[in-house]
Amino acid sequence: MNQPLLVTATQKAGPKVTLAVGGVILALLIVLPLLSLLSPDNALHVSAYTLTLVGKILCYAIVALALDLVWGYAGLLSLGHGLFFALGGYAMGMYLMRQAAGDGLPAFMTFLSWSELPWYWTGTSSFLWAMCLVVLAPGLLALVFGFFAFRSRIKGVYFSIMTQALTFAGMLLFFRNETGFGGNNGFTNFRTILGFGITEPGTRAVLFLATVLLLVASLFIGWRLAQSKFGRVLTALRDAENRLMFCGYDPRGFKLFVWVLSAVLCGLAGALYVPQVGIINPSEMSPTNSIEAAVWVALGGRGTLIGPLLGAGVVNGMKSWFTVAFPEYWLFFLGALFIVVTLYLPKGVIGLLKKRGEQ
Amino acid sequence: MRVTASAEFMLEPAFFPVEPNKDEGTSRDSIGLGQRVGPGLDTRHGTILTLEDISVSFDGFRALNNLNLYIGVGELRCIIGPNGAGKTTLMDVITGKTRPSHGKAWFGETLDLTQMSEVQIAQSGIGRKFQKPTVFEALSVFENLELAQKTDKSVWASLRARLSGEQKDRISEVLETIRLTTSVNRQAGLLSHGQKQFLEIGMLLMQDPQLLLLDEPVAGMTDAETEFTAELFKSLAGKHSLMVVEHDMGFVGSIADHVTVLHQGSVLAEGSLEQVQDNERVIEVYLGR
Repeated sequence: MNQPLLVTATQKAGPKVTLAVGGVILALLIVLPLLSLLSPDNALHVSAYTLTLVGKILCYAIVALALDLVWGYAGLLSLGHGLFFALGGYAMGMYLMRQAAGDGLPAFMTFLSWSELPWYWTGTSSFLWAMCLVVLAPGLLALVFGFFAFRSRIKGVYFSIMTQALTFAGMLLFFRNETGFGGNNGFTNFRTILGFGITEPGTRAVLFLATVLLLVASLFIGWRLAQSKFGRVLTALRDAENRLMFCGYDPRGFKLFVWVLSAVLCGLAGALYVPQVGIINPSEMSPTNSIEAAVWVALGGRGTLIGPLLGAGVVNGMKSWFTVAFPEYWLFFLGALFIVVTLYLPKGVIGLLKKRGEQ
Repeated sequence: MRVTASAEFMLEPAFFPVEPNKDEGTSRDSIGLGQRVGPGLDTRHGTILTLEDISVSFDGFRALNNLNLYIGVGELRCIIGPNGAGKTTLMDVITGKTRPSHGKAWFGETLDLTQMSEVQIAQSGIGRKFQKPTVFEALSVFENLELAQKTDKSVWASLRARLSGEQKDRISEVLETIRLTTSVNRQAGLLSHGQKQFLEIGMLLMQDPQLLLLDEPVAGMTDAETEFTAELFKSLAGKHSLMVVEHDMGFVGSIADHVTVLHQGSVLAEGSLEQVQDNERVIEVYLGR
């Protein structure tokens, strides 16, 4: 794992080129929701389907970036990031369900003939509290899990297996009707967010822009971290934890910080995903989702900041085309892709591009 | 050999007159997670490291057996012994990686090493070089030294850390010492084996520990590099205390004023190299006839 950081990669490829490409993509992402507001007759009109699809991919890109912070930099491969994503999504979903239900109970509770809200639904009709939950639920879970895992010095494949088990346990828990999160079906049939219709083109455009903003903010945070001494300590931790300890650094604090940060970013991405896609259910916590996120990062290039974004974009773009064209073969293709990347592109697409740039 | 502590011997003021009414363990209490200990290592009696009656057993196998070892302030001590004599275990005990099943380990007069974590021990001023050169391969030579630098190593401090001019000067000084100035921006993973050894020694220098533990520092070095390392260590002794584990008897002869021979987990002989080499039992178990 000798990937140089993004910083060195871009310095070699020419920062101007990277910035220019980034600027063009950013401009496109800002124009896209505006085009969706045009009347459907206009040639430049962007359909709601396209906007939602791109918005969804952007949310995934944030997850990929968050996963890369812990995997690419700190060397902690999490196979449970889907859990943090789903928790953020559920927190947002609680608010949306309360909005849809008005003064009554959410529909699924009436269906279960419950007469009052469970205690943990308290205050979820307030948007602000729901936003707090979006941060707190994944953040606190990551803090507690990370604290014990890092204190016991669990690393490598054992850590990955435990995160995988954690998201699986979460899925089983949320599948139960008694848990109070809509069981199998999860939350759907959302109507309004902050009083605005959730399917309105304007609301969609704003949600899309918020996603772009979160992505840019995450990228900025990641960039600042990678540039700081903190980022170098993480890389050092990944490559030689013992050496770092004998240098006088306590790895636990560093791991915990980046781990919780990553979980919170995932939660925020989940919270933006749910109103755009219109549904959240326990299958978001299924282990395969988390593994897919690892594939995005590996494909794009670990330990770089642009790589995971590229990976999430490419894989999800292919997925939406493949599942329409050859629905049965998508999972085989995904598996094959992972094998090819592992064997031939250990540094991901970014590594390939960089090599080209040097030649 | 016990050297009397004097202020000019150490980079840090090693001899810190402690007021008699101050209770023992003050400096230990000042160690917190992610904070460095103050300069007040108490070495009143001139010993920087005291190991008494240390035993370590792994599943019934006694790696260390009632071992006693004293290292004086500013001393350069070589530890030799056949394979399996417990040399690496000894280093593990001092750095907190392995806990002794019984015995006492004191750093200075007041720091109980058996009660401290690896990180606390490193922060209080013990640096260790591993047998296999271990550097941060993905980072540049400069960044390796930067991370090792003696400074506040907490998470918050690392998030906002900026190198001061003084710190940069110190890094270039060490680069000069370990002769890596021309490779300053090279990725450490691309260095040769010998260069990595030097980089790791440089990282120890940046850490500025009072006690350096060096596990086979010249393994894989060319003759010229070995000679240079010997010079370097001799220049460090006095300012720092060094404990060197080495198999290369030529190297030991060129640096050591005091040698300890380990055998089956305890001290077999101690003294100058000549004394040790003449010792009947040492010849029998280690040097061969």
